[in-house]
Amino acid sequence: MKKKRIIPFSKAINEALHSSMSKDKNVILYGLGVDDPMEIFGTTKGLAKKYGNDRVFDVPTSENAITGVGIGAAIGGLIPVMTHQRLDFFLLAMDQLVNAAAKWYFMFGEQRPIPITIRLIIGRGWGQGPTHSQNLQSWFAHIPGLKVVMPSTPEDAKGLLLASIADKNPVVFLEHRWLHNLKGHVEKKAVSIPLGKASILRKGKDITLVTMSYATIEAIHAADYLKEYFDITCEIVDLRTVSPVDYKTVFRSISKTKKVLVLDTGMKNCSISSEIISRITEKFWGKIDHKPEQLALPDFPEGTSPALTKNYHVSAEDIIKRVLDMNDIKSKHKISLERQFPHDVPGDWFTGPF
Amino acid sequence: MQLKLLKMMIRIRSLEERIASEYSSQAMRCPTHLSIGQEAAAAGVGLALSKTDVAVSSHRGHGHYIGKGGDLKRMMAEIYGKATGCSMGRGGSMHLIDREVGFEGTTAIVGNSIPVGVGLALALQAQKRKNISVVFLGDGAIEEGAFYESANFAAVRNLPVLFVCENNLYSVYSPLSVRQPRNRKIYQMVQAMGVKSIITDGNNVEDVYMSVSKAKAEILKNKKPMFIEMPTYRWREHCGPNFDNHIGYRDEKEFLKWQKKDPIKIFTNKLLSNKKVSQLQLDKIYLAVEKEIDEAFNFAKNSPFPKLNLSSSTIFAK
Repeated sequence: MKKKRIIPFSKAINEALHSSMSKDKNVILYGLGVDDPMEIFGTTKGLAKKYGNDRVFDVPTSENAITGVGIGAAIGGLIPVMTHQRLDFFLLAMDQLVNAAAKWYFMFGEQRPIPITIRLIIGRGWGQGPTHSQNLQSWFAHIPGLKVVMPSTPEDAKGLLLASIADKNPVVFLEHRWLHNLKGHVEKKAVSIPLGKASILRKGKDITLVTMSYATIEAIHAADYLKEYFDITCEIVDLRTVSPVDYKTVFRSISKTKKVLVLDTGMKNCSISSEIISRITEKFWGKIDHKPEQLALPDFPEGTSPALTKNYHVSAEDIIKRVLDMNDIKSKHKISLERQFPHDVPGDWFTGPF
Repeated sequence: MQLKLLKMMIRIRSLEERIASEYSSQAMRCPTHLSIGQEAAAAGVGLALSKTDVAVSSHRGHGHYIGKGGDLKRMMAEIYGKATGCSMGRGGSMHLIDREVGFEGTTAIVGNSIPVGVGLALALQAQKRKNISVVFLGDGAIEEGAFYESANFAAVRNLPVLFVCENNLYSVYSPLSVRQPRNRKIYQMVQAMGVKSIITDGNNVEDVYMSVSKAKAEILKNKKPMFIEMPTYRWREHCGPNFDNHIGYRDEKEFLKWQKKDPIKIFTNKLLSNKKVSQLQLDKIYLAVEKEIDEAFNFAKNSPFPKLNLSSSTIFAK
């Protein structure tokens, strides 16, 4: 068997950027720090050197204007990729995102597509606190005219970023910071993955777990545990794109398993998971074995202290417990997954500060 | 060029006066911001540019669209909400676009189109084109963060952009005195930001034309953005067809003072006394303009309405 090529998520992003920039000279990349020594957690490594300051450049701290600049540049024939090291800062650009980028194609009679990709990184734990950790995917998903992408695996990160940059429309590309060092198989060549298509990460027959971004990782741990200790097989439907949602794949899986648990990295109120639950309820009312359930963050900001994040996020243990409840299984032993590192980091590799 | 400038101002004024007179029929069902009194800026800037220069503007953008060479029929059809409108009836008076002449759009949120115009300049720079991007804005937009961010970005990246600020003294009903510090001149403040700035009489179409022509050459030569403040005055209400001197936020005296500076009247009198235009020529211009406006209104009124289409193809390009 051919040896698999294993690289981290951040390198997969980097490869997609290199590939897109070499394929199309109109692609430009900018954002605060894209060419600084930290290289956006390694994701922009080597790009400034290779493509020069005309195509890869640092910018003033002006989130709103640089979004509008991207829109104008896109109208003028360029293909901008913009990067923000935390999603939370991008909230200053809502006018340009909602009133301009998302509307332009519709509002001017389908004359001017806006091919812009907006990379936003979502923080978590290690003191990221109330304003460096927000999962606001449902905000973006609420706006017609935006596509919202949330990859979970390195392979998807590369394939979906290639597709996002090639897409003629505004794409909000959300990278969870806890995924940047996740390693996985990625083809060396550029393999684009279509937007709006979910993937089945694990096949199963007992319950469907609908997941996104980092929640997928916890779901995988939970699924492995449930298989090993309870012989419950979970079908993991990784959404990959949270707007538009691939309901066809979600519904097909639920038709088979008759049970569904939807996971979200964001807060529950008005969330992607709540929306999916709503549509499942409309379609499967009375036809499945258990009411659809969800696990999301409480409707409460993330605190900064490590003591405040301990039971705040959805863990694999939470997923296991919920799946057991949904299957009427009372477990005698304490469910605990081994972790070699503190609860508020994704692994040993993360030692702060952001 | 003088006749062209005059005719352009007359086209803008006459079209907007027709809108005002027909507005009460309830067939133009969208908020409409008239620029009557401010035609010199629109005509002077538009005619100083070439088709391959690009421009964006704001809610009060009829004049800018026409000045740049925008199609009157498609503009009126848009205001009438018709499928033949320049934005297929989806945008109305505040969302006018005519790609054929480099007019890339007007948007409704104050300051919203400013960074877009700067982005257009970024593309022109990347493509090494000998064109500029013009951003039309008002004194209200100067107070938006988007303006500072955009002007700063244009300065730091040396972009070929010309900001044209028509200072008509009011943001809706709010006078400059409650919005900006007394004695701070807009163009001086922008100059201090690192964007070369001048002020020119916004009611003198020749001054506007000359200063914009010069500015364009200078922007392309020096590879740096510029800013021109053009003091002027909006004759009618902020939004809608009426005069509003009686409601109390500005007085009749101020209005009459500015009406004496009517850009069309002043320029017409100048050309008549210099014998650059005869009364007969003038009559012919007005006749031709009225005919063009009749045609635009007839086209708009006789066009079909768009059908509601909820498919994703209306919001996403393939």
